[in-house]
Amino acid sequence: MTEVASTPDYAPEPRTVALIDLLDRVLAGGVVISGDITLSIEGVDLVHISLRALVTSASTRMLADPS
Amino acid sequence: MTEDMAVWLYAVTPEPAPAGLTELTGVLGAPVRVVRASGLAAVVSSVSRAEVGEEPLRRNLEDLDWLAATATGHDAVVGAVTSSATAVPVRIATVYHGDDRVRDVLTEHRTAFAATVDLLAGRTEWGVKAYAASNHSDESADVPGDAPAGTSGGAPGDVPGDAPGSGAPGGGQRSGTAYLLRRRAQLRARETADHLAARDADRVHTELGSLAVAVRRHPPQHSRLTGTRANMVLNAAYLVDDARAEHFATAVTELDARGPLLHLYLTGPWPPYSFSRIAEVTT
Repeated sequence: MTEVASTPDYAPEPRTVALIDLLDRVLAGGVVISGDITLSIEGVDLVHISLRALVTSASTRMLADPS
Repeated sequence: MTEDMAVWLYAVTPEPAPAGLTELTGVLGAPVRVVRASGLAAVVSSVSRAEVGEEPLRRNLEDLDWLAATATGHDAVVGAVTSSATAVPVRIATVYHGDDRVRDVLTEHRTAFAATVDLLAGRTEWGVKAYAASNHSDESADVPGDAPAGTSGGAPGDVPGDAPGSGAPGGGQRSGTAYLLRRRAQLRARETADHLAARDADRVHTELGSLAVAVRRHPPQHSRLTGTRANMVLNAAYLVDDARAEHFATAVTELDARGPLLHLYLTGPWPPYSFSRIAEVTT
């Protein structure tokens, strides 16, 4: 992960982190009730699906464009 | 409601629902509506099953652009509701077959919704993240040139192929041994630093928790997502009385200044996503 190595060891919070903070909440939080459709994919954790999307996209998009 | 549409739920709020909600635009550009039952108002949008049916939804949640736009759109509506009323936010991708099903849910869970509204009223969610402040960049500066620099971050997702020495079949025996010894010492020092930082993070969490009415720890964010090699050791949410909000923010600043091991970040105000699990608060 050369993209990671090229970033400062302790960088100020990049703006994209705001999205990750939001996802922490809108994915994991607010589990009030199961929807009709989300119920059927309950076995596949929403958070894991989405984090996989994030991790695979992170190096190519988010880190390459910290603005 | 036609067959090809489904109902996306944003939040539930006691009647009367705040005015102006129907002027909002929600996820996927859909207009916002209100569905009412049992003294509660559900804030919803009609969305195409081509987007949020089971299969498309699973696919879309893996698409970062879709996920980012949808999470942001969802949050905009939730934020509009919670800024003018006490409301229970709902996780994204909570989708129903029709308005009747939404009314069923409001009626079935009306007691739990009321209890959650009581918990959330006059309170706001704040986020605090702590990073271990240990300086890991020294490690890569010390190691021989054949060691990949990327390994010094030690992120949980680092691929095994990055192991030191794997790319140096011709390296001298002596320098290889010296490298391994040094590397082992570095790792041990780092473990100690991380352990101390984790202990400090627990302490910070306890202290901030004493200022909150409810707390919740989220899993630390992956270093590959945060774009920093520093380890996140705390990713917590605090439900704080609005009257104590300033006090809470001051406490975060003071805790940040107190310990050299941690860097703290305060985020918020957030809609109370982390505290809307009705099953957990109906004790």
